[in-house]
Amino acid sequence: MSSLPTDLSLGRRNFLKGSLLAGGGLLIGITLGGCAKPAPTGPGGSPVAWLHIGADNAITILIDKSEMGQGVYTSLPMLIAEELDVPLSMVKVEVAPADKAFINTFLGTMITGGSTSIREGWGKLRTAGAAARAMLVGAAADAWKVDPAQIKVADAKLLGPSGQSATFGEMAEAASKRATPKDATPKAAKDFNLVGKATPRLDTPSKVDGSAEYGIDVKLPGMKYAALAQSPVLGGKLKSVDASAAEKMPGVVKIVTTASGVAVVADHYWQAHSARDALKITWEDGPNAHLTTASMRTGLATAKGSPLTARKDGLGAAGIKGGKKTVSATYELPIRAHATMEPMNCTADVRADGCDIYVGTQIQQVAQGVAATAAGVAPEKVHVHTTMLGGGFGRRLEVDFIPAAVEASKAVGVPVKLIWTREDDFTHDAYGPPAHNAASASLDASGNPAAVHLNIVSPSITARMFPTVVAKPGTVDPFMVEAAANYLYDAPNVQVDVLRHEIGINVGYLRSVSHQLNAFMVESFMDELAHAAGKDPFEYRRELLTKQPRAKRVLEEAASKANWGKAGAGTHQGIAVMEGYGTYLAAVADVTMVDGKAKVQKITCVVDCGQKVNPSIVESQIVSGMVFGLPQALWSEITLDGGKVQQTNFDSYRVVRMNDVPTFDVVMIDSSEAPGGIGEPSVAVVAPAIANAIFAGTGKRVRELPLAKSGLV
Amino acid sequence: MLTLKVNGQSLETDASPDTPLLWVLRDHLGMTGTKFGCGQSLCGACTVHVDGSATRSCVTPVENVVGKEIRTIEGLSKDRSHPVQKAWMELDVPQCGYCQSGQIMSATALLERNPNPTDADIDSAMAGNICRCGTYPRIRAAIHKAADMMKGGAK
Repeated sequence: MSSLPTDLSLGRRNFLKGSLLAGGGLLIGITLGGCAKPAPTGPGGSPVAWLHIGADNAITILIDKSEMGQGVYTSLPMLIAEELDVPLSMVKVEVAPADKAFINTFLGTMITGGSTSIREGWGKLRTAGAAARAMLVGAAADAWKVDPAQIKVADAKLLGPSGQSATFGEMAEAASKRATPKDATPKAAKDFNLVGKATPRLDTPSKVDGSAEYGIDVKLPGMKYAALAQSPVLGGKLKSVDASAAEKMPGVVKIVTTASGVAVVADHYWQAHSARDALKITWEDGPNAHLTTASMRTGLATAKGSPLTARKDGLGAAGIKGGKKTVSATYELPIRAHATMEPMNCTADVRADGCDIYVGTQIQQVAQGVAATAAGVAPEKVHVHTTMLGGGFGRRLEVDFIPAAVEASKAVGVPVKLIWTREDDFTHDAYGPPAHNAASASLDASGNPAAVHLNIVSPSITARMFPTVVAKPGTVDPFMVEAAANYLYDAPNVQVDVLRHEIGINVGYLRSVSHQLNAFMVESFMDELAHAAGKDPFEYRRELLTKQPRAKRVLEEAASKANWGKAGAGTHQGIAVMEGYGTYLAAVADVTMVDGKAKVQKITCVVDCGQKVNPSIVESQIVSGMVFGLPQALWSEITLDGGKVQQTNFDSYRVVRMNDVPTFDVVMIDSSEAPGGIGEPSVAVVAPAIANAIFAGTGKRVRELPLAKSGLV
Repeated sequence: MLTLKVNGQSLETDASPDTPLLWVLRDHLGMTGTKFGCGQSLCGACTVHVDGSATRSCVTPVENVVGKEIRTIEGLSKDRSHPVQKAWMELDVPQCGYCQSGQIMSATALLERNPNPTDADIDSAMAGNICRCGTYPRIRAAIHKAADMMKGGAK
């Protein structure tokens, strides 16, 4: 058996449970050191992929991305199964522990985000699968004393030229002793048997019978439950607590003052929840005591400072001067909540010899780090068990809900599951950032843009979460200029500026991040330019995409599929196009106006995300993104008063329900381009498409989200 | 001690009578298939059947359901063979999956009282169940499929 490095081998419950080691069999670590592309992960050449081949020939693949609905527990193993020529039904998935071997090469830490899972795995996992296959073939070739080229692979069996046959299981030990080939080449697309085919998700059965284990479902022997009281004013601190009444309540084990609030630990959750309400707490409101939505917006609108220039073509903004016609507009976007269906929670088990945390997280090593600090142990003593995530959307890139669970477990000496209420979740989010985005342009004699200037004012998430990325003065936060710095349309002069303006509360990555802030600006503005030029918004865009064939194609196909311009009386259409995460997409919204209110009837979305791994999952993600983008276009806004969030539950923060869902018409372009991300981009095209449709129907240009604030929704 | 009838079994709990059924199922009885979403009957993640009716267990004091038939996702079938579960699998409905126990229980209650629901019936019966992943179109299709399967005699 190939040996596990010690930092992976101890106490990793998820890693060890099931068949991975307990049932015997063989483990092959694939090291991709020395490959030109993809960049090797695992500093020091530690394995980037683990395969376990059981005596029963069952194949287990260690997956280092968190399953939050986007299908990675199915689509990532498909990449390896394809190279090994094994049916997906033979593949089991195990969850990777926190380890530097699993650093996301796109993002620099172990992280599930940025719609990177397939884009990163595409090279890494296929190459790993090809290497494992070569090792198995090499082992068989040696055993049978034949040329490896004479060995065929099918259904996890190796077949020799003279009728020799061995299962992968039979050859795995010999294979595991071979060096990883440096030149393993994944299959060409024409040879794919599995990739590109709609394939049932491996996690579906456990999600229709209630057996899938989310963080909130973890059960440990002797476990207690905790509820946490946090400062209602964001950024406030505990001044004093009178726990005398709470301590006497049934089941209460201990009241623990933690860094993030007061935790009530009890035998059962409802007891902890009830006793929390009996705490008498005085909070120190801190610097946000007077923060309101109005003051936040004023701050953004009047922010001073020198913007950084993310892009400058030609004369940039200076090119606007002297244009035939100039157009300017400002777009305002609110803060928004993630509202995952599973409220934040973490189960911690702090012992003298270390700490285990069981948590739905998108960012294992950071979770490990904050748990280590809270437990007072070294990070390598913290074992992170990633459960299923009941929604991520970027919320579980935050680790704010982890330390209190660890502190509570440490204080009571047994495992503790700490659960936030829905109200805790809405009022203590790291909200999707607001923006005050200004666009201006001059048009030439034919109405085309002569110069375009986009000026983004927004807080930086990255400066808080990954400060080293933007530490060097003059560095543009790349997550603030998405869907703006890549301005797709022809224009001799383009300038994209960004000014960081912090708002006093934490903002966080929210599915599609600044794509939705900036696409609302760019695609609303392109509509404004088309009207200023007296041209059809679709034709205007199409003529300006001469250097963007993929964008042009999705735009044309969306217009065609949606019967652009021929939608029928009473139906008003708006269009938007975008590139994000390496994916090109266009949306057409069909809106009807009833009693002065817009109703979204249909959204047609045409997507070129390159090579698709599992088209069924791709389709579901495109729809998912639109359902996520729809309430943000129409209704969703978090407001602040006195530093407190005013929306506390799904009655005051409206999201899409079954009866709100329009028809979605999704078209996926056949493409052999490298895969683009698919979890996020469709979120961002919804709002501009709808706003443009409302303009088409009413002549009223809405430049602020949510659109309901205009009274037209 | 309270005695509850859950999925055909008689189970005892020492939970206080005002404890929401949700937490009795999850913490006291260890049945975690029923999910906590909002605590206010606003999202439907906690939906179970009480005497056949879709009920939000997060706002239902356990004392109110003593003597009634409680059915949870764990009791729908032993082997995912209920037509609603089969339809859900056939269409690969779940994404994150967290809301799906509640969705399935609401859909099952709908189909038990209305074997042939229209889209409007589905809108009305399912509007209380939020899915943030946006599986609604597949849920709708799966309900129609399950209705077809149930009409075909599948159990």
